[in-house]
Amino acid sequence: MSGAARAAREAQGLSEELIAEHGLNAEEYALLLKELGREPTLTELGVFSVMWSEHCSYKSSRVWLKTLPTSGPQVIQGPGENAGVVDLGDGQAAVFKMESHNHPSYIEPYQGAATGVGGIMRDVFTMGARPVANLNALRFGAADHAKTRHLVAGVVSGIGDYGNCMGVPTVGGETNFDARYNDNILVNAMCVGLVDANRIFKSAAKGVGLPVVYVGSKTGRDGIHGATMASAEFDEASHEKRPTVQVGDPFTEKLLLEACLELMEEDVIIAIQDMGAAGLTSSSVEMADKGGVGIDLDLDRVPMREDGMTAYEMLLSESQERMLMVLKPGSEPIAERIFKKWELDFAVIGTTTDTGHFVVRHNGVVEADIPLPALAHAAPIYERPFVKRDKLPVIAPEDVKAPKTILGALECLMGSAHLSSRRWIFEQYDHMVMADTVVRPGGDAAVVRVHGTQKGLAMSCDVTPRYCAADPFEGAKQAVAECWRNITATGALPLAITDCLNFGNPERPEVMGEFVGAVEGLAEACRALDFPVVSGNVSLYNETNGGAIPPTPAIGGVGLIANLADMATIALKKDGDVLLLLGAETGHLGQSTYMQVMEHRLEGAPPPVDLEAEKHAGDLVRGLIKAGAISAVHDVSDGGVLVAVAEMALAGNRGVRLEVPLPEMPAHASWFGEDQARYVVAASAAHADAIHKAASVADVPVRVIGSVGGDMIALPGETPLALIALRAAHEDWMPRFMANG
Amino acid sequence: MPRHMKASIIVFPGSNCDRDAAVALEAAMGKAPAMVWHGDSDLPKSDLIVLPGGFSYGDYLRSGAMAAHSPVMREVVRRAKAGTPVLGICNGFQVLTESGLLPGVLMRNATLRFICKDVLLKVERNNTGFAGHYDTGEVVRFPVAHKDGAYFADEETLDRLEGENRVAFRYCEASGAVTEAANPNGSRRNIAGIYNETGTVLGLMPHPERLADAALSGTDGAKMFASILETLH
Repeated sequence: MSGAARAAREAQGLSEELIAEHGLNAEEYALLLKELGREPTLTELGVFSVMWSEHCSYKSSRVWLKTLPTSGPQVIQGPGENAGVVDLGDGQAAVFKMESHNHPSYIEPYQGAATGVGGIMRDVFTMGARPVANLNALRFGAADHAKTRHLVAGVVSGIGDYGNCMGVPTVGGETNFDARYNDNILVNAMCVGLVDANRIFKSAAKGVGLPVVYVGSKTGRDGIHGATMASAEFDEASHEKRPTVQVGDPFTEKLLLEACLELMEEDVIIAIQDMGAAGLTSSSVEMADKGGVGIDLDLDRVPMREDGMTAYEMLLSESQERMLMVLKPGSEPIAERIFKKWELDFAVIGTTTDTGHFVVRHNGVVEADIPLPALAHAAPIYERPFVKRDKLPVIAPEDVKAPKTILGALECLMGSAHLSSRRWIFEQYDHMVMADTVVRPGGDAAVVRVHGTQKGLAMSCDVTPRYCAADPFEGAKQAVAECWRNITATGALPLAITDCLNFGNPERPEVMGEFVGAVEGLAEACRALDFPVVSGNVSLYNETNGGAIPPTPAIGGVGLIANLADMATIALKKDGDVLLLLGAETGHLGQSTYMQVMEHRLEGAPPPVDLEAEKHAGDLVRGLIKAGAISAVHDVSDGGVLVAVAEMALAGNRGVRLEVPLPEMPAHASWFGEDQARYVVAASAAHADAIHKAASVADVPVRVIGSVGGDMIALPGETPLALIALRAAHEDWMPRFMANG
Repeated sequence: MPRHMKASIIVFPGSNCDRDAAVALEAAMGKAPAMVWHGDSDLPKSDLIVLPGGFSYGDYLRSGAMAAHSPVMREVVRRAKAGTPVLGICNGFQVLTESGLLPGVLMRNATLRFICKDVLLKVERNNTGFAGHYDTGEVVRFPVAHKDGAYFADEETLDRLEGENRVAFRYCEASGAVTEAANPNGSRRNIAGIYNETGTVLGLMPHPERLADAALSGTDGAKMFASILETLH
């Protein structure tokens, strides 16, 4: 350590308040002193604070994340890189990840959401993949909360503007409204890319004396301490944190994407890492640590957007659209030529070393000199105490009031905040650019063709927060199962998931109990369904003034359709087709959308998830699709069987004539119950027999629930509901809600 | 089938429908078009020049305004004036109006929001190199995807465009009726696309290249590329 740095430290006098402001408690600071062997400089304190933040170090979640299944023959890259990779056969692979941008999006919805999308796309193209699809999972507060409309408008516009400019289609997602997100919205963005399996780029900077290259945008003061912000609760003063929200520039990211992919055609990149959370610090530390080398950075060479920034600010800036690369020596001119062509900044800012230290110089002064293991591995790992809550009682179907009419209730549900059409949202996203979107938003899973082939990627984002709030374990199982079902219902074989785990403050045992329960549920479901976790993200401290969000483990899944000729959609296609329900019925109404909309309450246990039944039903459906036995299929989830049927009818613009439900339960429980492991399929009468036989062999209950035809939803003993009226109710809610601002 | 037609697609920084246009052109022509970087001032000999969709230069200024001043556009303007057919789709239409090859301007959508969906278009004339495979009055389905797609020109210009039969497509109902309800963006007189005086330069906001493949739920766009191929020979 230089004398100048020592003098600087002494001049700084790190007070206890300053240390606390950096999110380090007394024990953590003591650990820092032990690792460093001396007092840190202010710059070093800043570096430790971001690298040891919850956001970067996963210190509360790591012990539990290790219990998740992450391998399988389909997995090329599991967690630990910028994104996960699965095999698509024929030398092709899909690269994908989902990530949260919750805290920034609440403070500044447009930029927060936009940079969330930008960040996740960088994670994907850092690995050499061209992004081909974006999805998002959004949770807003109650529709009648004063801020909700403003947040929806900003988030949707931010997601749209970023993805649209990049020319990557936003093909799917889900949106919930729930008062428990009033003060902590969730913006989870997922990106899927395609890459040749033998051209995947990673982040280990193996080799000493290699040039460290900075490319992309210049560095400014935006986003300083973003990672630390994302590791703390909100309070009334949180809006003062607006300056810590980054500002996105999708045009520059588009150039960065094309420049990186062009450079990747040359054989010059040893390691590459995007500058996301904790910017230059995190990217350089991770690359050097994974490569088992040291790294020297000279901040005087970093392209700057503003004058007078300190080393502290430069190391913690989260300015967007930047990348760090380690190149083969001598290849700098090749890289520089390509980045200059794309009018991006290019600078050699350091080298890899054999010191094992992270060394930063600025204006000739050593501002930081830290052993890499102290930053990358010495962060405390917490086994936080947790309490699991008691299971809630199962509510009997008879204890939930019947509606005046079944079809009246259907119209209410389909026109509610919870189940209404999201067209207002997805029409603001370019979902067709790249001309490979085979199934557009609005179905079960989106399907994007693997460019130039007849293969398809099926993708879906799912979680049902009200189930998770009632029972984190069953709720997490359900999230995985629903994602698996949605992908299955296209005919695809589900391959793997990315998980985005959004929870409250883990220092509270009841929140930690939710986290533990959810991870256990995920692990069980992923194992049972052969649906491993290949990437993910944990977002904790989603709470304000002690009020936490419901546990929200969002699941993003990817599946493969080997031949798009064998694909199914939800739209009813032919009058006279028979409608069949596959899967067992108990009329489970606890925590159902029916209970929420019609009775304004959410009580009882959520529907249990029988993973073996899921597997049987899903494998059956996939087989039937491949055999060409069914003309349409939809999984049964929110709103139960009748909502599934109504969505199929609207998508195909064909009516249905339904039969009376099972006599052993109330009609509303049969039509609106949310039992899992179920699908509605449509098939010609000629195929119906074969479906009965196949279901019997697969041990999956099956019954005929009606037939396709007409232009209404018809139910014995009730006035039919015209599709035109149902469509109006379904389409009207969201535009009307957004217009009433 | 003639296979020696040469098409060039101009790629600006921020173009993002260049590949889609290339795929649709190759499907129609059996030959990949040349991809021409905006910074190149030497444009290859071309029978057709395409300005693709996207967000050239981020469109942080007025959409298409920066691209209209890029080096390659000087040559595109010269070729267009000499009669080479030019097709501008979405951002390409914006570049055409900004560079003066077509009159008017594309303004922010009336809703102020980006809009991506299929729309119905009435083919206003088919006696051009771009529309020969359509019938005049035919209703076709193309997708739109834009935030700045409201076509605007003064009344005199609009009257002149109509008088000279230069409106290419209008937003319409399934019946062909041109109504306000069918207008997705507030375009004057429901105009979705226009021609230059000679019918050799076409600018339109909807994307024919996105529905030119049976796997993508529609092929109405393919007829435009087939028309181009046939008429140019």
